[in-house]
Amino acid sequence: MSEESGYAVELREVTKRFGETLALDGVTLQVRDGEFFSMLGPSGCGKTTSLRLIAGFETPTEGEVCIGGVEQGRRPAFQRPVNTVFQNYALFPHMTVYENAAFGLEMKRVPRSETRERVLQALEMVQLPGKEDRTPRQLSGGQQQRVALARALVNRPKVLLLDEPLGALDLKLRKAMQLELKALQERVGITFIYVTHDQEEALTMSDRIAVMNLGHVLQVGPPAEIYERPASRFVADFIGETNFLEGRVAAVETEWATVAMDVLPVRSSFARRPAVGDRVTVAVRPEKVRISRRRLEGPNAFEGRVEGMTYVGKDSDYRVRIGRETLLRVRVQNETTDGADVPGVGETIWVQWPPASGRLLEE
Amino acid sequence: MSSRRWGLGAYAVLFYVYLYLPIVVLIVFSFNSDRLNLFWEGFTWRWYEQLLRDGRVALATRNTLFVALTSTFISTVIGTLAALALQRHAFWLKRLSEPVLYLPIVIPEVVMGIGLLSLYSTFKLTLGLLTVTLSHIAFSIPFVALVVRARLHGFDRRLEEAAMDLGADEATTFRRVTLPLILPGVLSGAMLAFTLSLDDFIITFFTAGPGSSTLPLLVYGMVKTHITPEINALSTLWVLTVFVLLLGSQALQSRSARTA
Amino acid sequence: MRAIRAWGQQIRESSSAQGVLLVLPAFGWMLVFLILPILLILILSFAWRGQYGPVDWGSSLSEFLDRLSLDSYVRLVDPLYLEVLWTSLRMAAVTTGICILVGYPVAYFLARSQGRLRSLLLFLLLVPFWTNFLIRIYAWMILLRTHGLLNRALVGIGLLSEPVTVMYTPTAVMIALVYEFLPFMVLPLFTSLEKIDAHLFEAASDLYARPARTFWRVTLPLSLPGVIAGTILVFVPTMGMFVVPDLMGGARTALVGNLVRQQFLSARDWPFGSAASMVLMLLTLVATLIYTRVSGFGEELAV
Repeated sequence: MSEESGYAVELREVTKRFGETLALDGVTLQVRDGEFFSMLGPSGCGKTTSLRLIAGFETPTEGEVCIGGVEQGRRPAFQRPVNTVFQNYALFPHMTVYENAAFGLEMKRVPRSETRERVLQALEMVQLPGKEDRTPRQLSGGQQQRVALARALVNRPKVLLLDEPLGALDLKLRKAMQLELKALQERVGITFIYVTHDQEEALTMSDRIAVMNLGHVLQVGPPAEIYERPASRFVADFIGETNFLEGRVAAVETEWATVAMDVLPVRSSFARRPAVGDRVTVAVRPEKVRISRRRLEGPNAFEGRVEGMTYVGKDSDYRVRIGRETLLRVRVQNETTDGADVPGVGETIWVQWPPASGRLLEE
Repeated sequence: MSSRRWGLGAYAVLFYVYLYLPIVVLIVFSFNSDRLNLFWEGFTWRWYEQLLRDGRVALATRNTLFVALTSTFISTVIGTLAALALQRHAFWLKRLSEPVLYLPIVIPEVVMGIGLLSLYSTFKLTLGLLTVTLSHIAFSIPFVALVVRARLHGFDRRLEEAAMDLGADEATTFRRVTLPLILPGVLSGAMLAFTLSLDDFIITFFTAGPGSSTLPLLVYGMVKTHITPEINALSTLWVLTVFVLLLGSQALQSRSARTA
Repeated sequence: MRAIRAWGQQIRESSSAQGVLLVLPAFGWMLVFLILPILLILILSFAWRGQYGPVDWGSSLSEFLDRLSLDSYVRLVDPLYLEVLWTSLRMAAVTTGICILVGYPVAYFLARSQGRLRSLLLFLLLVPFWTNFLIRIYAWMILLRTHGLLNRALVGIGLLSEPVTVMYTPTAVMIALVYEFLPFMVLPLFTSLEKIDAHLFEAASDLYARPARTFWRVTLPLSLPGVIAGTILVFVPTMGMFVVPDLMGGARTALVGNLVRQQFLSARDWPFGSAASMVLMLLTLVATLIYTRVSGFGEELAV
């Protein structure tokens, strides 16, 4: 067992069963020191279970959870060097803001004067000075959120666990808090493990993201990598919007594969070299596709017909039929068109995307 | 629409008159100087004075309070623990405990009373304050458990996890977070147990022995022999006590509702 | 010491072990002071009356067991006792029925009232609810006496030509029983009526239901849990009641409760009393079970 693994948190082959249901299926995961790490996935994917295993609210059925290189075994929550910000904050309703924030230090028997100093400092840090004597009920949702944050951070944990902490806030406040949380994390330098089902939130804040589904980790990587080079159809589908074009591999070159689909030959980059004849899916993000009234040249240039168009503010969403039955979604930024003289429904137009923007996914 | 409402309102007024007429008459006649208590002869405090001097009343009051306080304390502790178990844990004994705890509600009290009497006599336990108290604890536990369980129903368990997360062990978590939050439920359970014990006649009737008479037993004995204004006086004091206790508990409830 | 610590660790991690440990005091207490007594009565109901005591325990266990018989139950099948059983069942049912009929409109009015009026009315309902039932019986004894207030008033206003004797008749028992148990019916009724979302009445009326139909199709079905809870709270204690007949019914109205009490305390025939109380318990359980089944709300025992 290596004492200095360099990882803040490590899950080794962790499986968790609740009766008959399998919540986590042999998950291995490393969170580096000082990073903002997100676990992203739909409800029931196992992200919250992972967080609860790290916090010590659950013990793994199999496998091991390490914090700071130390195996946690069946150590209860109150003996672990991590703290949690709960989904609905879980502020003690019978205590004031100050008492809430001081609870952890009181448990650690930190001297009173030091406690006071640290609590006030923490409340200052989350921009809640002067509210010490309020009760949680007297605060707004956003303020409660800040108290929960202060209550956890004041203990200077090795790792801060956040369970969808922004879920209950309205959109505007959520956006503001995202940036603030990220800035806060950079300032205090503590490892954050952040659970969310909101892909935009994960992309905005994280250094790295783990995408999870059905108790498995599907892909781990920085936001750009996850978005640009999804490893599976699920990841591509869950994060952002994607066209999935299905077909068979017709030819393989050093950098590209040509996939025959419908009647069209589509060229695409790949992560792993496919074999000719494999059934594959090519994922193309709608915003990677150009649209033009004039004929476009090069690979992946096709003629098509506009079947539908939706105006969504800064963008327009096109549905273009190419080939016999392929419907391609294309997202066009409106600032380049000024809203005037854009292709309308029924027009015949050309679409094209570079092969590097396509992503070949095996089934 | 409104005529229907008025009809209902008038009916409700009649209902309350019916509910209170006997009680009001009872109270008024406690100040009647007529010993036979048939006709109004004049105002007097005599029956109250007689009551205060009555040694049986003093003894019965002491007994009643002793039994009520003891059984309330024990049944509240035991009932609260059971409520915690039933509301939060899954275990093999649960399917057996739940019906057993509901049983006292659906079997007549006489059956429980004679059952306890048979039990004590079989095991040669002398009937007295001890047997009365043991029995009162038995019928109070289910009610305490019921009330506390209702309170636990909306309890957010993440609050306990938050406490553990912040370094509190199980005992500290219970003392600092769980208990303060369920305390209102525990207190109302205790209050229910206390009132049930004060009020109980049937089970006490079968399990009390000489010298362990409680107030309800005393009233029964008095009513059974003859109607005297002294019973009116005792009853009046009783109704007054209930009235004051209820007012107090309502005030307490509305205060806790405001701060909660 | 280490064993204890290991045991503690095991309990800390097992929710099931914690549950058992927490429920054990309550379960044990109920086992000793409820289940055991009921089993004891069951056994006694097959035993013999003793020559000098309430039960003949025999000289040895085997002798006691050998002599167990259905004798007491056979003795119960007697027109005299069957009549008592039937009267109890009928009185309990009628009392419950009257309480529903009289109490429902009041509960409805309470549920529809608001603010201070509602708090006041509720409070006024709670005072008799918590006042000892002996006191409330006594109050009616004063009113119903032949030369009591009620008779004198009725004669006074000319409704009666001479006082009627109500005390020590079944009527007196009924009057007192209804008065006793009305609050126990109104409170659960009120609780369930109050929970009904007022929008449902608006929805029903929006869907063309007249008030009467709204009541039958919406209000009444949704208040059924309250009706059931109230019924159990009234029916069960009335079935076992012996105090009211004892004080107001004279010798003419004996219920099973009186029979049981008499056998245990005066006749000292415990086996027979036990048999009677087993029958009483079974009748009550079966009646409540059938009732809750028929109404389709087995789960609504929570008061």
